[in-house]
Amino acid sequence: MANDQTKKKNSITQPRNLATLLSVLVPGLGQIYNRRILKGLILLIVALSFLVTTWDYLDIGIWGLFTLGTIPKEHHSIQLLLQGLISLIVLFVGIVIYIYNIVDARKGAIAREEGKPNPTLIKAITNFYDRGFPYFMVLPGLIMLIFIVVLPLLFMVALAFTDYNQYNAPPRNLLNWVGFDNFVDLVNIDIWKDTFFSVFAWTIVWTVVATSLQIVLGFFLALLVNDKRIKFKRTIRTVLILPWAVPAFVSILIFSALFNPTFGAINRDILSTFEIMIPWLSDPFWAKVALIMIQTWLGFPFVFALFTGVLQSVPADMYEAADVDGGSRWQKLRHITVPHVLFATAPLLIMQYAGNFNNFNIIYLFNEGNPAVRGQNAGGTDILISWVYKLTFQTNNYNMAAAITIIMGVLVMGFAFYQFRKTAAFKEEGGRY
Amino acid sequence: MAMNRKTKSKIEVTFIYIFFLIMFVIIGYPLFWAIMMSLNPGSNMLVTELFPKNPTLEHYKWLFTSPNSDYLIWYKNSLFVAVLNAAGSVVITSLIAYAFSRYKFIGRKYGLYMFLLLQMFPALMGMVALYILLNTIGLTDSLWGLLLIYLGGQIPFNAWLVKGYFDTIPRELDEAAKIDGAGHLKIFWTIMLPLAKPILAVVALFNFMAPFMDFLLPRIVLSSPENYTLALGLFNFINNQFSTNFTRFAAGAILIAIPIALVFLLLQRYLISGLTSGATKG
Repeated sequence: MANDQTKKKNSITQPRNLATLLSVLVPGLGQIYNRRILKGLILLIVALSFLVTTWDYLDIGIWGLFTLGTIPKEHHSIQLLLQGLISLIVLFVGIVIYIYNIVDARKGAIAREEGKPNPTLIKAITNFYDRGFPYFMVLPGLIMLIFIVVLPLLFMVALAFTDYNQYNAPPRNLLNWVGFDNFVDLVNIDIWKDTFFSVFAWTIVWTVVATSLQIVLGFFLALLVNDKRIKFKRTIRTVLILPWAVPAFVSILIFSALFNPTFGAINRDILSTFEIMIPWLSDPFWAKVALIMIQTWLGFPFVFALFTGVLQSVPADMYEAADVDGGSRWQKLRHITVPHVLFATAPLLIMQYAGNFNNFNIIYLFNEGNPAVRGQNAGGTDILISWVYKLTFQTNNYNMAAAITIIMGVLVMGFAFYQFRKTAAFKEEGGRY
Repeated sequence: MAMNRKTKSKIEVTFIYIFFLIMFVIIGYPLFWAIMMSLNPGSNMLVTELFPKNPTLEHYKWLFTSPNSDYLIWYKNSLFVAVLNAAGSVVITSLIAYAFSRYKFIGRKYGLYMFLLLQMFPALMGMVALYILLNTIGLTDSLWGLLLIYLGGQIPFNAWLVKGYFDTIPRELDEAAKIDGAGHLKIFWTIMLPLAKPILAVVALFNFMAPFMDFLLPRIVLSSPENYTLALGLFNFINNQFSTNFTRFAAGAILIAIPIALVFLLLQRYLISGLTSGATKG
């Protein structure tokens, strides 16, 4: 008896398997077999119209993605590449609908086997609305996100494996897939290698030093303002936050003028009294020093404001307990304040590092990444992102720019990974639902 | 001994105040200098003075009255993008955040990871593709194209922020409403949105200010001066002829910086609490 039942379960004629099979063959057919006629017809129509409307586009897109075109001047490799990527996304959506159709047919058949009656039309529609609701909410944003953020990033990734540059550009020429050649060039060809490693090193130094300085200064100031003996706290806070309130591009351009060696006030009005002239814009070292100072000026208020908020939330009894135990001020700072503050703000601080890593604005607006450096195709203060900008929009070295972008992306994912682990959200997530 | 400690404390406090004073000078000097530059007559930076002998408002007048000045058009353009960006981003992100905060659905967890990851990739990384995409739908050199990029680009960060805030709203509230027969949208509209006003205000403010502060995207997307936003237009004052137009730039920049700084200082408390509650408890 038990044997019979297992046999029956595995048999193809068993409703659940039959319904699944029918839906695999023709979307919607399994549902019709389940006597969910309307649902089946809708799925069938959706599937057919999907195929009819997208077939040509997908056909050319996928072909284009593989070949990047075959006839120069007639086929535009870049457009084909873009169409190919969009095709992949559309295809993915199609497959999701297809899989939904199969799973749904099987579920419906199982429900029927168990003798549950088919829901009425109204019930079915409410069910669909209830279960589909979160998807409807997410959909508009998701579509925008895919086309405005994800697709361009995918495109950039793809470019890194082509030979798209100033001399080899569509529509005149066809592009080719070149595998990892661009990455190999980046570490083998002298000018690329030298530039890459010096820009990379400066990017790391820049990120670590500038961000740490702004965090330390912000923290220090927050501690001082928080001191019980200090008066006029509100005024002090307002002034300290001012650099954050002024639009950054305005302040950077002001600084750029201030540091200008011919008319800038720093050399002309301040340093000249000590008879010093510093080549702020033409010497890479001094330009870097200036950049770090400016970024500290720009960045500390955010950290300061953040810490000020958090410091007020440190429980007072912890300090009282420390006082009872005879803890020194330094010990209280190290063992109570710092851990508390860091714990509460870690994700935002990591974002600060990531933000400076990608801080194109300050580098470009201050000095456009200059001064030029001999034997390099990036300026002395260029960080990776401003170098990518130059390669893309000034020298049209799209392939190399894309390759460098991928390397940056990998580094950014390092930040992100750290962020995931630190973010309390995912720790809480488990028990929540 | 007690006397000693008191003097020590006094010296300490004095040093703290001196430190604040130094910080004030460092913060104030560049801003003060820019204001003074904008009052200098003429455009030759070499003869400018910190305290001009005959201060003038000629640069401000030029911005508003000269037929060569597009300043008011730029202001209008920036306002246009800013208002639509603020409104659009609040709608889009609150919908997403509601779904992610209150519903269980396939792809929810990966969606959250995706938001966290994507917010670290600047738009610049995909600039080439964005430009080609805008080109194919005919939205280059258009404020709508710029708006579209802003709206899409803000999603990862803000959806995360608002989702974090929604999570802090007790679920009992919407469950009670559900028992009373309220539908999904009704709960969203009558319970979630009113309670989430502070964070939505933060999102609106951020996205309102972004078009006033950003010059990179406009620089890539917009090409004709009558479509410029303020940041791009001002940047072009000094981009090519740096030393010749700085005084004029200073005047134009101060006129944007003052309203933005005022709004910012008034609302900074909400900004901070919104950021910390959204991003850390999120």
